[in-house]
Amino acid sequence: MGYLAGFPITLKKWFEGVTTKNYRAGKGGKSDVKAPKPDRLHGRHVLNRYEDGLEKCIGCELCAGVCPAKCIYVRGADNNPTDPTSPGERFGFVYEINYLRCIHCDLCVEACPTEAITESKLFEFSFEDRKSAIYTKNELLVDEDGKPQQLPWEDWREGEDKATSGWMRATAPSGDSNYVGKVAWSGELGYGVRQPESVELTIKPKSGDSK
Amino acid sequence: MGISDIQSQGIEGLDHNFLTAPLEKLVNWSRARSSWPATFGLACCAIEMMATGGSHYDLARLGMEVFRASPRQADVMIVAGRVSQKMAPVLRQIYDQMMEPKWVISMGVCASSGGMFNNYAIVQGVDQIVPVDVYAPGCPPGPETLLHAITTLHTQIENGELLKRREANGGAGAGMYIEQLDGQTLSIGAA
Repeated sequence: MGYLAGFPITLKKWFEGVTTKNYRAGKGGKSDVKAPKPDRLHGRHVLNRYEDGLEKCIGCELCAGVCPAKCIYVRGADNNPTDPTSPGERFGFVYEINYLRCIHCDLCVEACPTEAITESKLFEFSFEDRKSAIYTKNELLVDEDGKPQQLPWEDWREGEDKATSGWMRATAPSGDSNYVGKVAWSGELGYGVRQPESVELTIKPKSGDSK
Repeated sequence: MGISDIQSQGIEGLDHNFLTAPLEKLVNWSRARSSWPATFGLACCAIEMMATGGSHYDLARLGMEVFRASPRQADVMIVAGRVSQKMAPVLRQIYDQMMEPKWVISMGVCASSGGMFNNYAIVQGVDQIVPVDVYAPGCPPGPETLLHAITTLHTQIENGELLKRREANGGAGAGMYIEQLDGQTLSIGAA
């Protein structure tokens, strides 16, 4: 009777419920849900604004320089002193990201000195031609409330725009040794200022270690 | 239009009328719900493609669970992964062997534009070889991104025209023209 030993496992699986998520890109009605995203998922970029509405991007092109796929194209221009687009001298005049090249490595987010570019958690989008895959500044920039724009070919869900700001602030100290292991979060339209907080290490040293 | 047209040209001789319009909708509806993909996993994107076929995302919900090893039984080619210059003729041959109607999803940035591999070994965009209908961005695209692309393709199929070959509409894809070194100019769509 040893050959029957496998059947209880099969029977048990019958009562374990369904693992399939009925994701249908927004066309499946109520049961159409997304799987929860990891905290550090890299999705589509956004260009942030300060709380006074000024753009954070200063057109320094560091993101374009660090991009391994060379998918970012930035051109800076001088601010109009009477009506500035961003604080400081320069602002990002042209900002384009080609999503048919972007590998979502987040190096641009880490390179950005003003936290202008961060990545959202939105990863459900597709294009029917190459031209619409190139996002310009009009599409990347957050709106008046500091929320990312929800473009018609993207599948945004309720509450997803809350997870827009960058994860990198938890790990990248932006080169400042005072901020190693701490989160520095400057003011951002729609999300405000977040207090610095210490970060717990997920891998703790073993008790037997002599260190 | 008439019986003689159908006799000489097959069903393609049919004109649009109030009888064929519902038929067209029905055929497109059924095509969108049973578009079998060809197995064309080339790199790491194929892992995500397999994950999409697995139990968590389950392509069978969309009638696509049968990945066909033979291109003659496949409707959709999901180009998953970077296409090297050596693989390019193989990919084109498999596309040519697929039966009409056929569609192509370019999955991932490497297939779509070469991605971060901007070098001599990788084709800079699979739409230089085959006409692409939907591009899925990401490196690699997650199963949900691929499902989004598949849903976009299904919408295209449902709204598309029945029995119209791509060449008759000027070709799909990027519509790019490549200047050859010897001075010839090749149109990708007409190739």
